[in-house]
Amino acid sequence: MMTNPLALDRRTRTMMVIFGCLVLFSAIFIAAWLYGEQGQVTNLALRKLPPGWNQPFGTDWLGRDMFARTIKGLRISLEIGLAAASCSAIIALLLGLAAATMGRIIDVAVTWLCDVGMATPHLVLLILISFACGGGAKGVIIAVAASHWPALTRVIRAEVMQLRTSDYIKLSSRLGKSPAWIARHHLLPHVVPQFLVGLLLLFPHAILHAAGLTFLGFGMSPHTPEIGILLAESMRYLTTGMWWLAVAPGLALILSAMTFDVLGNNVRALLDPKTLRE
Amino acid sequence: MLDIQNLSIRFTRYTFGLKKKEVCVVRDFDLSIAPGQVMAVIGQSGAGKSLLAHALLGILPRNAKVEGRILFKGKPLTPERLSALRGREIALIPQSITALNPLLRVGVQVARAARLSGISKKDVPTTVRRAFSRYLLRKEVAHCFPFQLSGGMARRVLTATATVGMADLILADEPTSGLDPITAREALTHLRELADTGKAVLLITHDIAAALQVADMVTVFCAGTTVEVARADDFKGLDQLRHPYTRALWDALPANSFIGTMKPIERTSDAAGCPFQPCCNDQNTVCGQSTPELKDSGEGRVRCHHA
Amino acid sequence: MITQFLLVKIFRLILLIAAVATLSFLLVSSSPVNPVDAYVGTAMLRISQDQREIIAKRWGLDKPPVERFGRWAGQMATGNLGVSTIFNEPVLSVIGKRFVTSFWLMALAWSLSGALGFGLGLIAGAREDTLLDRGIRLYAYTMASTPTFWVGMILLMVFSVSLGWTPVCCAWPPGLSAEQATLWQRLHHLLLPAVTLSLIGIAQITLHTREKTIEALRSDYAVFARAQGESIIGIVFVRALRNVALPAVTLQFASLGELFGGAVLAEQVFAYPGLGRTTVEAGIRGDIPLLLGIVLFSTIFVFTGNFMADLIYHLVDPRLRKTAGAIS
Repeated sequence: MMTNPLALDRRTRTMMVIFGCLVLFSAIFIAAWLYGEQGQVTNLALRKLPPGWNQPFGTDWLGRDMFARTIKGLRISLEIGLAAASCSAIIALLLGLAAATMGRIIDVAVTWLCDVGMATPHLVLLILISFACGGGAKGVIIAVAASHWPALTRVIRAEVMQLRTSDYIKLSSRLGKSPAWIARHHLLPHVVPQFLVGLLLLFPHAILHAAGLTFLGFGMSPHTPEIGILLAESMRYLTTGMWWLAVAPGLALILSAMTFDVLGNNVRALLDPKTLRE
Repeated sequence: MLDIQNLSIRFTRYTFGLKKKEVCVVRDFDLSIAPGQVMAVIGQSGAGKSLLAHALLGILPRNAKVEGRILFKGKPLTPERLSALRGREIALIPQSITALNPLLRVGVQVARAARLSGISKKDVPTTVRRAFSRYLLRKEVAHCFPFQLSGGMARRVLTATATVGMADLILADEPTSGLDPITAREALTHLRELADTGKAVLLITHDIAAALQVADMVTVFCAGTTVEVARADDFKGLDQLRHPYTRALWDALPANSFIGTMKPIERTSDAAGCPFQPCCNDQNTVCGQSTPELKDSGEGRVRCHHA
Repeated sequence: MITQFLLVKIFRLILLIAAVATLSFLLVSSSPVNPVDAYVGTAMLRISQDQREIIAKRWGLDKPPVERFGRWAGQMATGNLGVSTIFNEPVLSVIGKRFVTSFWLMALAWSLSGALGFGLGLIAGAREDTLLDRGIRLYAYTMASTPTFWVGMILLMVFSVSLGWTPVCCAWPPGLSAEQATLWQRLHHLLLPAVTLSLIGIAQITLHTREKTIEALRSDYAVFARAQGESIIGIVFVRALRNVALPAVTLQFASLGELFGGAVLAEQVFAYPGLGRTTVEAGIRGDIPLLLGIVLFSTIFVFTGNFMADLIYHLVDPRLRKTAGAIS
């Protein structure tokens, strides 16, 4: 069998992908910071310009630079995603651990809570929670955080359950190791990777759902350059042929969500090579 | 019928942190079978015996690499030739009853195997019926799903599936595992009958006692390689056996003294030296320096510096 | 056996609805949004305090939340979900009418994405790691990261605005009522939103089917089939089709929640007057009875999907079909 001398081995390739994703995210934050207030500035002389050299994503009906607005929007999306996904993952971790270790009643309760959490379509639940919070960025974060934990809770619960019944843990506890020792030496090394990967893979969902919610008009004020809001605004100009208002921010959002997906899958392959089929 | 020289099977795997690791499961394996013969390959469970059968059929997973020379009916067994022969001239009796699709009726699965072995569409029903009656399976069994069969029955269905065509070489992978002694005996008898009709049967098993009941020749497989080739009759006494490992196996037979078997050390690298060197009583300096070659010895062959 | 299965399911549904109803009511009553303000909207300045109190009183907002919940729950038990404040119509009839409009959209999208996704998944799995597989996977992963509404907007721009092949909005031509529109007109309006939903919906079913196909190809029975001389194509289409189709159908039924969510977004883009759009209106304009009604309805909708998935498993899988009492 011939091997291509240029082909990198799996490990190097995965490391490079992970590194690339991290660079991309830092670039978004740095760019958003460098642009400062530029995205908000209206310049009526430069209204409705299609994409060009000076304005790669074009300008809107108030002459605001769409590239600057998109970058700002991405930063807001990433922040919301980060906050919501972290909250969700922590809830999932706590509930999952509680269900798996604190006895039958807690387990039944948590399992049922997951069922209830997944009983309503995601978006309907998001609308409901966002309504309950009275909108705003906080409402979006709470809504996304409060609706994304059930799936990861189930994963963590199953993982810990399986570990607890595994032979080596039973053996450890018969050898007189304390529960804390077992948790530190046997549970954590398995649960932490699951948790990290789960967290990373929550991001794209969180980002997309947040954008969907703001697109529908729940959440932030119309002046915030959030991707969902940008796209909702662009709806009004679709029929006038200003395609760039929708295309560029949308592509940027897809790219960020996909980057997180790629990042999550690569980290998982690194930590748990069984998921990688050759 | 079949002649294998220097067969090796390697796997590429990824471990934590995606480090690449190559594992050599089988190396320098030699084997030959003549028509009408039952050749038993004996080795410990998990020693890579099933992989041998899969390698002969070219159905190993994609991360496996096979090297060596395989001659079937005197001609090299290329991948192209193999894909034409699979199921038609070489058939497999698999190890586990999970080899039957749980969602399809048994009859449908046997009929499909018959069709693939080259039997014309209109002859399939008669052939299947004949295969069923040959292995004492009632007609109704054809309408059953695999989970409804007993272990022995499922085993007979697997044998029927493999022999429904006209294959000349039958590879039987652990045909007695999980069976009670009577059913196991019956499964082995079926293999003997197949050999008596002129087919070559490769019996892969960890159960020497069972294998000796029907085999003509025995290949002892250990540490991924051929250790000794002997006639089944050689196992009648200790002095006929050539290799210390085979003798240790013989000792462990229920009918004999039941002394524990000799365990070779695992050699994942291609380091020189006999794999049995650390635990063998007859060793000297040669054993640590070079890996012994397989050499002819009487009617068999052996891989030992001292035989 | 089947009655026991049904009884368990019905019991679960009742328990679930009770929980969802209680939690949703808690959520909406803790909202800082004043339903009266949301209702009057821009007319806020022209309305006097007295008029506001009259509205509040008519909606029962003057009572404490516990009493309101008691009344609402009591009514709900008799099948009365109250009156929608924005449509001034019983909630059930609003939901019923809007759902029929959405139903055709969702049904079309659901069958399209199911059939296409299953096919693509089979092909990708059978041709694992070829260029074709990579292409299909790239498509599926991209769609999994793409917002439904954005796909809708792009399709709208291309096919309705630039090419003019499809209408820009609504479920039937403006000026007509639903009954006056011809079947062809309805289909014409339905097409783009349904394609939007399918394009996104394909992603999940494709990736899942691909995984299952690969898994099937590595199973013991597939290895045995290969040993019998079966080709990869033969294994996928003759041997393993059932084993792969069963989880695919199950998944498709179990993903009704995603479908509903997608419909909300797609209907918003295409101004399609279905239940999804109504959900958004109810949320934005503070129509609490309608919002709660939709939450409950969508819960039943999702539950039905999961129930169908379970049922199909029990009907198709011989291991479950023939062993009594194996029902969860």
